[in-house]
Amino acid sequence: MTEQYLEGGFADPPRAAAHAFRAALQALSRPGRIETLSGATPPAPCSPAAGALLLTLCDGTTPVHLGPSHDTEALRGWITFHTGAPLVSAETAAFALGTWEALQPIHRFAIGTAEYPDRAATLIVEMPALSATGARLTGPGIETEARLCLPETAAFQQNRARFPLGFDCFFTSGDRVAGLPRSTRVEEV
Amino acid sequence: MWNLAPRRRNRGNDMTASDYNFAYLDEQTKRMIRRAILKGVAIPGYQVPFASREMPMPYGWGTGGVQVSAACLTPEDTLKVIDQGADDTTNAVSIRKFFEKTAGVAVTEKTAEATIIQTRHRIPETSLTEGQILVYQVPIPEPLRFLEPSEVETRKMHALQDYGLMHVKLYEDISRHGEIATAYAYPVKVEGRYVMDPSPIPKFDNPKLESAALQLFGAGREQRIYAVPPHTKVVSLDFEDYPFDPSKAPHPCALCGAEDTYLDEVITDDQGGRMFVCSDTDYCAGRREDAA
Repeated sequence: MTEQYLEGGFADPPRAAAHAFRAALQALSRPGRIETLSGATPPAPCSPAAGALLLTLCDGTTPVHLGPSHDTEALRGWITFHTGAPLVSAETAAFALGTWEALQPIHRFAIGTAEYPDRAATLIVEMPALSATGARLTGPGIETEARLCLPETAAFQQNRARFPLGFDCFFTSGDRVAGLPRSTRVEEV
Repeated sequence: MWNLAPRRRNRGNDMTASDYNFAYLDEQTKRMIRRAILKGVAIPGYQVPFASREMPMPYGWGTGGVQVSAACLTPEDTLKVIDQGADDTTNAVSIRKFFEKTAGVAVTEKTAEATIIQTRHRIPETSLTEGQILVYQVPIPEPLRFLEPSEVETRKMHALQDYGLMHVKLYEDISRHGEIATAYAYPVKVEGRYVMDPSPIPKFDNPKLESAALQLFGAGREQRIYAVPPHTKVVSLDFEDYPFDPSKAPHPCALCGAEDTYLDEVITDDQGGRMFVCSDTDYCAGRREDAA
């Protein structure tokens, strides 16, 4: 283990995790809303926002999958040291981290079962940038409509079609995060 | 031998915030609850199982709500706690003090000033806003439980969207009483999918379930968390010829004169004297202040 694994966690874990969770909760309960998520400095290529999500939500009980874009020695060591989460293949992951391309094919991830739809994966999708433009979002958490730059729309339409099954997404870029739960309807504009 | 000498005198009395982790719960527990809350938000109305912890209060006193609040609180939050609409009842006061001590958060009795409101069996009369979270204490989260005692069966019924039994129950109300006699914990359908128990709020409050605020529900003993995100469609179950009626006592409030609030009946003497007053104490006090 090298020293860089040990750095970059929350300075004050209870309070930093509380702030990070509230940002994640606001993002997921108001799809399209972009929130600030900071406090973590994970090794590249992981963004601070994605790092804060991992520190806030993952531990020894949540298997994590790293897409090829993020499957580096440094990040594996950092996640293992700070969260204790086992690193696994896509099929058994509770959380997955990577760029949208790196997480393909998307159908590998758990979508829950009819009786336990909550047993589904949460994808943390790293984006080059986040903006409230692009695809039109409607559904729970959205008063009229919202916009969010998504990597594509077809996959999210398919995901909505099998509601209440499906995966849920956080999109991260730098210290910013947006949420897209399975309940959101996505339309190409 | 065990060292039985007390490590510090008056341990029970001089505990301060620094003796507890922030908001009482340990971080591993908070992560588990936070994951359940996020899945609840993603599947509105679905009851997410969670590993409810023993809290320093008995089941039935809001342990589910307290755990959800503890997982959501940040040091900057302002907390309001109500019990049947009142800020000054035992349950509300002790939960408010609990978080003042363990999380060091500011507290208020004013609905508009609160960022997190934990409630037992009421939705505040003042409309909630975007920045607020309403946390419900839930005794029995399963709306079908009194119709079907088996969890295996009710889980299957939710999976298959088999809610006929609930409509039969409402129909039997009509055939027996001439109207739907369910007055509280009135079942709702969330976003056209899951039938949900809104906790034992009066059916008067059901229209307020469609809100700009995020609503989270915690059932400690039954180990379930569920959610209604802002602006989610929430429909009270009814029939075309017996539409949902959010009725209330046909009186104005005896203190503030409001005619559009949910009222408590208060017995004032042993001669049969009684009065009807707003159940939401903050709303009632605010109206009286404005009038004065």
